Amino acid sequence: MSNIPANLRYTKSHEWVERLDDGTHKIGITDHAQDLLGDMVYIEVPEIGRQVKAGEECAVVESVKAASDVYCPLSGEIIDVNTALDSHPETVNKDPYGEGWIFQLRPSDADEWNNLLDAEAYAGVAAEED
Amino acid sequence: MGKKTPLFDEHGRLGAKIVDFGGWDMPLHYGSQIEEHNIVRNDAGMFDVSHMTVVDVVGGQARRFLSHLLANDIQRLKQKGKALYSCMLNEQAGIIDDLIAFYIEDDHYRLVVNAATRDKDIDWMTRLGSNYDIRIDERDDVAMIAVQGPHARDKVHRLMDESQRHALEKLVPFHSLNPGDMFISRTGYTGEDGYEIILPAAKTVEFWRALLQEGVKPAGLGARDTLRLEAGLNLYGTDMDETTTPLESGLGWTIAWEPVEREFMGRASLEAKSMDSATKRFVGLILNDRGVLRSHQRIIKDNREVGEVTSGTFSPVLGKAIAFARIAADVENDCLVEMRGRQLPARIVKPPFVKHGKACY
Repeated sequence: MSNIPANLRYTKSHEWVERLDDGTHKIGITDHAQDLLGDMVYIEVPEIGRQVKAGEECAVVESVKAASDVYCPLSGEIIDVNTALDSHPETVNKDPYGEGWIFQLRPSDADEWNNLLDAEAYAGVAAEED
Repeated sequence: MGKKTPLFDEHGRLGAKIVDFGGWDMPLHYGSQIEEHNIVRNDAGMFDVSHMTVVDVVGGQARRFLSHLLANDIQRLKQKGKALYSCMLNEQAGIIDDLIAFYIEDDHYRLVVNAATRDKDIDWMTRLGSNYDIRIDERDDVAMIAVQGPHARDKVHRLMDESQRHALEKLVPFHSLNPGDMFISRTGYTGEDGYEIILPAAKTVEFWRALLQEGVKPAGLGARDTLRLEAGLNLYGTDMDETTTPLESGLGWTIAWEPVEREFMGRASLEAKSMDSATKRFVGLILNDRGVLRSHQRIIKDNREVGEVTSGTFSPVLGKAIAFARIAADVENDCLVEMRGRQLPARIVKPPFVKHGKACY
């Protein structure tokens, strides 16, 4: 059973979203997603300053097994990216919810937060695929 | 639910992620396939390869039969214990399977063939063998463990008694021995030194655990694939199949054209095809950009589609993507590979990519 922290929100496409104190969000892929993909070899992060819409492709995680798009869970502006993943893509496998975060976003539509899944709902999504 | 090897419960105990492979439930990895890859390149890893099919060809005409069945020449095996890599062709010279043949006794040869091709291989051997005084004896009472890496042989030797150890220390590559109820060959599918050990199914768990005790780490099919690609070794079903000949699969060296009077299966078609200048080339590719080469990606040169990747991966040793590809014979030096809507430049090289843990292309 994969790890699904209760304090985060999720998407059906296996991204997680953490709400920070300043109202911005950190985003990455779930433990379930990294487990399905296996050893990561390249992480392509978005450009800082890019405006993205919810559901838009904004990063790529590529493992030995497959390349997979990361979809932006919320609309807004990319304000930071995790450049450490460039030389250590395996961090996404080892610590998907911590050091393995992929980008940080300043949301443009606060209501979209309510479209995200809570941990219990995401656990249902992940269980369906097992 | 697929077929299970005698080591299935051991894989579970070691935390393996299990996948279907040719109808078998096999370990993909035990946590990280890249770590497993590096262990085999630097130390010693072991693979459960019990899904592979072991077939004994027994009888006075075994050598005559294999001389017809195999594109490589069984007469090259002069010494008992020696192994031969060969393709088994159909009449059109398409590859039914690739295999290793061992000369055990004059009336006893052992073939190790792939798992996914088991049924058609045995049907084909039985059909062609019906004209010979031989028996095709599938050995489903045995299992097989491959122990691979620069320290693999030393670690296996520690489990042997003194006389077995002396014999194994003298065993040269591509030869085999029968210590006790085991069949040990100095062969493998990783490019590293090591052994492939066939043993009674009932003794497999005990032997696997003894290897674990010696510090040999389990490695799964994921690492097996990246290791064989780095080592320039083909995989049946992706790099070649019944629609391709050895000439188009980088396996021309395994065809024994001499003696010319040897009528091996597929010979006539192969001779016709060897004269055809349109025959495709089988090459290695290295990508310099980020991205991973994968099977069926299209290859472009001068705005023309010239072939496709047959299998590819990320090479842990090189830190770059590598692949095998089948391309038009006139394409040289470099090409473009289409991936995820982009065309990225790749260098054309002659495999292998890695030897003794270092780049060698």
